[in-house]
Parts: sequence; C-alpha cells; structure tokens
Amino acid sequence: MKFPSPSSAESVAAITNLTRRFGSRTVLDEVSLYVPRGGVFGLVGENGAGKTTLIKHILGLLKAESGTVRVFGLDPVADPVGVLGRIGYLSEQPDLPGWMRVDEFLRYTRAFYPNWDANYAETLRAQFGLDPAQRLKTLSKGQMAKAGLLAAQAHRPDLLLLDEPSSGLDPMVRRDILEAVIRTVADEGRTVFFSSHLLEEIERVSDHIAMVHQGRIVLCGSLDEIKAQHRRFILNFETAQSKPPAIAGILSISGTGKEWAVICNGARAELPAIAAGLGARIVAEQVPSLNEIFVAHAGTTTA
Amino acid sequence: MQINITSHDGVPIYIQIVNQVKHLAASGRLTPGDELPPIRVLAEQLVVNPNTVARAYLELERTGLVTKRHGSGTYVSETRAPLPQREKIKILASRADALLTEARHLDVDLAEIIKLLRERDELMEKEIRK
Repeated sequence: MKFPSPSSAESVAAITNLTRRFGSRTVLDEVSLYVPRGGVFGLVGENGAGKTTLIKHILGLLKAESGTVRVFGLDPVADPVGVLGRIGYLSEQPDLPGWMRVDEFLRYTRAFYPNWDANYAETLRAQFGLDPAQRLKTLSKGQMAKAGLLAAQAHRPDLLLLDEPSSGLDPMVRRDILEAVIRTVADEGRTVFFSSHLLEEIERVSDHIAMVHQGRIVLCGSLDEIKAQHRRFILNFETAQSKPPAIAGILSISGTGKEWAVICNGARAELPAIAAGLGARIVAEQVPSLNEIFVAHAGTTTA
Repeated sequence: MQINITSHDGVPIYIQIVNQVKHLAASGRLTPGDELPPIRVLAEQLVVNPNTVARAYLELERTGLVTKRHGSGTYVSETRAPLPQREKIKILASRADALLTEARHLDVDLAEIIKLLRERDELMEKEIRK
C-alpha cells in the first residue's frame, strides 16, 4: 500500500493573508495556511482562537474580508457547488434535522452528493449501531455525532473537514471519529482537516499541524519537524529559585525550587553557557509533547 | 501484535512502534516468519496516522528485523539482520545511560543493576522457552 507524501503533493486548501474582524475584534489576523493533498492536517488552538472562523472560510460560509481562500483551486464563496460537493463536514454541534428518521436523513443527504456510496453508508450505519427507524432528535449526543460523521463520509469526500469533532464525546465515539480520519487518509489522495484542542488526538493522527493563537498562526509545519525543533531542558540550580529565572530566547520556563523545565524552539547551543552563568546545569534534554509545545507558544504556563 | 502508544512523553509515535516491535521480537512474542499486520489495519487499531505506521515499518525494514515481500506483506525476517556490532552497541549504550541515570537518582548501585539485569534475562529466557 502506498500513502501519498503530503510534502510533495499540491495543496487542497490555500489561504493567503486572511484577516477577519467581528466588530472591533480581530478574529483572524493575516493567516496564511497551505493544506497539502493527502494526509491529516491538524489545527490546534484554545477555544476562541479562531479555528471555527477559519473553517467557515474554507467552507465558503464566510467571505474573506481581506486575503484569499482557495479550495481545490476554487473560491468557495463564488463556487459553492464545486467546493462543497467534494467536502465532508462535521461541526462540533451537528445541526441535523431532528424530526427526520435516520433512514430519511440518509436519503435526504444523499440527494446533495452525486458520489454518495449507498453501500458504504449502510456499512457505516451498521458499524455505528444507528437504528434506521429512530428519529434524530431522540439520538444521544454520541449517536448524533456518528450520524453527522456518516453524512460527512459516505460520499468519500476529497477533503474531510472536522471542527472539534471529539468535543464532549465519550472515548468510544471519539475512537469512531479518529478511525474515520484514518480510513479517509488511507484511501489514497484524500485529505483530512481536523481542528481540536485535544492535542493528544492531534499528535496521534496528524502529518501536519498549525497552531492558532489569538487569531494568528504561531506555528505551522510537519509534526515531525515541529517536534524535532523543540526541546525541553531540565535545569538544576545550585540554590532554590523563588521565581522563574529570566532566560532570553526561550519559549517558557516552569518549575519550583532547584529544578526548572525550559522549552526552546531550536537547538539553543548557547543555553549551557547561559545556564552556567545563572548557577545552573542542564541535567536532561528531552523532546517535549505537543501539548507542552502548544502551552509554551500560547504563553499560558504558570510557574 | 499488541502495541501501546502514549503521547505523554515526547517519544515520536513511529519510534514507539519500532521499539515495541523490536521488544516483541526479542522476547519471542514475534518469531521469524510471523506476518506484521497491514499498515492500514495497525493504523486503525492504534488510532494513529497510516504514514506513521508506514514509517515505522520502513525503519524496521532498514534495520533488517522485518522483510517486505512484494505484493504480500511484511514479515519478521528469518535470519537476523547483520546489524554491525558497532551499531548495536550504539543503540544499547543510550539505553544503558538512561538506566544508569535513573539508578543514580534512585540511589541504586551498579552491582544491584547487574543483578537485576541477570534476573530479567532469566525471566525473558523462560518466556521464550514457553
């Protein structure tokens, strides 16, 4: 089996200098992002960072105020049919017609997608344990998410777009969602764009990630590169420090007493000398988890 | 093949897979000729990106532990890889350093570590014979 290399493929979505304001609040600030074809692109950021607004621009639900958005090379606002027909979308709170039965909902959704695969839809329905005769409004939150996932997947979209799909769901449903991500990307050439604040999930399934913080992209690249760039150094000071020691050029420092952990971007060859100057030595050099990298960039560490 | 992935420490997932397959082979739970699950199957089982599994398999193939048979699958090699001795020692040295560091922190002396290694080795030997 061959999986497309994300780095060599053309982009599925290209966003250039996108800025968006709601009133006086700048929600997206000069965002540029390229989602390569094939693979999983993880978008991380805290609540209110601008993730959903970004996704709404990809879907053409919001028009770019300044900057450009291209999906499959098309403008999603000008050509919704050409774009949306190739996207499967699941939002955090799927807005499904509650009065429909599961089987009615599937027939209804099918009408929108020429590529709808009825056999695949039935396989997924059985796998997800959805009763065809049940009304959507009587489904549990987890079943509702599965129904939404089924509708997003059964036309085998070129781009599966998931906005915080795991939010508030139990581990079983989250696993179903992540398996759908993996199945989609294992089908050659398909792409998943996936936003989450659950960094462990993002780390497991993503090839590429972008980190959005207060409307700006603070980090973007292949997960391997990002992990390889960052380091966690454990510093051991000769004497206990009552407040975080000031070290230039680092992302964050946290700890108590004699031991402090420093997160850096880059090799930081000068760090041993700086540490020595402060009366500390480096006792360990480690690769931080994505969660630690994110917290360091978001600047919300508490010492 | 049972593998556990954790995201808590920073160890890249493909390296976790590589290390655990090596461990399974070393402890006899994978024997020469055994087939590894297809990439897609293992990816779904572990809930990790298929590219990550593909990369782990490539790495295992590079070290000679597994062999890819064209159009069929990935199998544990019949003959153990001719990994140069120098390379083997290099891999083990970093593991030994980690163990010794931990031991120093815990105030456990070298003699006790050596004793522990013997005991674990005997245990592993028993597992293999079973």
